[in-house]
Amino acid sequence: MTLPVAAWYDFDPLRELYDWLRDHTAGEVVYVVAAVVGAVGILTFVGLGALVNVWLERRIIGRIQVRRGPNRVGPFGALQPVADAIKLIQKEVLQPRVSDSKLFNLPPILVFIPAMLTFAVFAWAPDLVYADLNVGVLYLLALSSITSLAIFVAGWSSNNKYALLGAMRVIAMAISYEVPMVLTLLAPVLFAGTMSISGIVDFQRHYDVWLAFLLPVPVLVYAIAATAELNRTPADIAEAESEIVAGYHTEYSGMKFGLFYAVELINSLAVSGIMASLFFGGYSLYGIDEYVPPWTIFIGKMYYFYLGLIWLRGTLPRLRIDQLMAFAWKMLVPLALINIAVVALEVLLWRELELDDAVLAAYVGVNFVLGGLLLAVFFRMLTRGYYRLPTRVRLVHDVSVPSLPAPGSAFGP
Amino acid sequence: MTELRTPPYVVNIGPQHPSTHGVFRLRVTLDGERIVDAEMVLGYLHRSMEKLAEERTYTQNIPFTDRMDYLAAMTGNLGYCLAVEKLAGIEVPERGSYLRVIFAELQRIASHCMANGTFINDCGAWQTPLMYMFREREQILDLFEMTCGARLTTNYMRIGGVAFDVPDEWYPAIEKFVREMPARISEYEEMLLDNEILLARARDVGVLKPEVAINASVSGPMLRGSGIAWDVRKAEPYCLYDRFDFDIPVGHNGDCYDRFVVRMEEMRQSVRIIEQALSQLPGGPPSVPVPLALRPEPGEVYARIESPKGELGFYIVSDGGPAPYRWHVRSPSLINLSVLKEMTVGLSVADAIVTLGSVDINVGEIDR
Repeated sequence: MTLPVAAWYDFDPLRELYDWLRDHTAGEVVYVVAAVVGAVGILTFVGLGALVNVWLERRIIGRIQVRRGPNRVGPFGALQPVADAIKLIQKEVLQPRVSDSKLFNLPPILVFIPAMLTFAVFAWAPDLVYADLNVGVLYLLALSSITSLAIFVAGWSSNNKYALLGAMRVIAMAISYEVPMVLTLLAPVLFAGTMSISGIVDFQRHYDVWLAFLLPVPVLVYAIAATAELNRTPADIAEAESEIVAGYHTEYSGMKFGLFYAVELINSLAVSGIMASLFFGGYSLYGIDEYVPPWTIFIGKMYYFYLGLIWLRGTLPRLRIDQLMAFAWKMLVPLALINIAVVALEVLLWRELELDDAVLAAYVGVNFVLGGLLLAVFFRMLTRGYYRLPTRVRLVHDVSVPSLPAPGSAFGP
Repeated sequence: MTELRTPPYVVNIGPQHPSTHGVFRLRVTLDGERIVDAEMVLGYLHRSMEKLAEERTYTQNIPFTDRMDYLAAMTGNLGYCLAVEKLAGIEVPERGSYLRVIFAELQRIASHCMANGTFINDCGAWQTPLMYMFREREQILDLFEMTCGARLTTNYMRIGGVAFDVPDEWYPAIEKFVREMPARISEYEEMLLDNEILLARARDVGVLKPEVAINASVSGPMLRGSGIAWDVRKAEPYCLYDRFDFDIPVGHNGDCYDRFVVRMEEMRQSVRIIEQALSQLPGGPPSVPVPLALRPEPGEVYARIESPKGELGFYIVSDGGPAPYRWHVRSPSLINLSVLKEMTVGLSVADAIVTLGSVDINVGEIDR
């Protein structure tokens, strides 16, 4: 489809170049050129994105924490990430003598690749998809598992107990949270009838309804599962600073650490992108995408959710690993299962009985009510034990000491 | 079929670790993530203060008390000065006592701010509560700076009173603080006390039973968190504490959460005390002159105060000379920490860190 307003930001010269190459050169050249141009574009966006994210994260968390954040290097401290990167590159790269040398050097690269690859399937604009895979959602899930494996390798090869603890935690988390994540991502796939990201976005444009409205529970479950997969608070147990120093990257220094750090930020952006594409209409914004470049809408949505992640990091304490596991298996998985059954039924009714599209509006209402009820029930069940005792102290005016137990009765031999 | 088992292994938490609050080392034996044994290794910050004190005059020893619990220098000063005054029979003028109460309570608020902030940090929050609590602590340190020029190691109390009277600009500043603080404590309570994550992390974690607490002579917020209403300020009032109306907050269960909430409420009670002390603040000199080379009669004395961390006691023996013959400190951090093994064995690493945070230790005071 063509857009009503043609401008530089529609990348029309690229389209013309594509057409020209297709018509005037041998068949393969056009694919190579398109691949290179697209890859450079995405890598530039991701690389710059990582720098911007460092700055955003530090500034915003600074504001959350009643302080100013970086404000010395460049205007509003905007060059701080550059200075950080220069510092990291200059630092001596230390490697423990007892570490497994080959495996130790591999993970920083290994985590970086899937983080970059995630961006390949995003639909930036109607015709602007680097790789419009028909198994896009599956591809995204597969990539997120690779990251966990690379992190495990990092923790294992460091030969450090803190790193090992972090690595084991990552694996436990990955296994637990992958399940609800897959189950929830099935819901938009069921509705749209396709696994392609651009297909799902097209579905939302076509019916003028964001899947977030149709699927309120999956949005929430995905948001929680994704933060857990990202190792961000309240689920940052893999690098839990206050417990296991830095978790799996305890032994990494210099730019190797820098890569882990950058990957975390890039992955946060990727998760925000998945959220925006699958549940919040991708590049579409109820017709406004006809007047502003759609890719700015997509990036805007991406950063909107990224800000949410920053906000979470600035506010919440961390849960313990067994509590996180319990949360996944006792709350998210049942919720996702119930939800998938409901969604399947709804889609079946809609498609097979060929109901009017207005039924979608009814589904929105039903799903919201049902989701609210389910969430309330599960949350009540999960937090029931916490309010066993009052959360406020008792105030006593005078000193009173109970009679002492016999010496040695409490401290036995 | 053989059962797969991993052998227990030893992890040194500290001396350099983000959450050991100084150079404290906890040597834990882990089975997976579960702690099967915990051993404390102390002494990384030992500066042999108790021995050094035997070579210095009574007044020269006051700066040592700053550097013991460096987050609560005022109460360290106060405990020591009270002990020497008891030994030498010195009467402190009323204004001096009132100022001591005000500054000790300010110090308690500052120390509890630090304790609660770092406690939530240990629970995994990304510095935010700590930064908020630092905002209040900063105000208090400004008040200290106005009065004695120092913010951390104040060296403000003197034998026979306090070093300086408060300046004029101090009055509006402290009134502003007293006005703002209760609202801020309410703000924290609103944000933190009914937080499910915090409850999940701290409720029923590191439970200290009252009988264990008493037998281990635990004191301060830890003892009160275990449900025992004990406060030296009430049980054995010093510095005119019997003139002020305040309550002792007491926990329900003796877990980390209770200790945290007790500290929260104690801040409010401290503000109450400061308010009353300010309204009653008499005129007159803040101190009586005391000879620099004070030579108390031969004898021994034990004086104790309620420091933010618990019962801080000074045992001083005088042989009639200008320096103490023996100087011993009963530091609450060390004695409160002695129950750490009882509290942590069986918990996971994450819980052990939270428990350690809830004890509110200061390694400067443990090792001295």
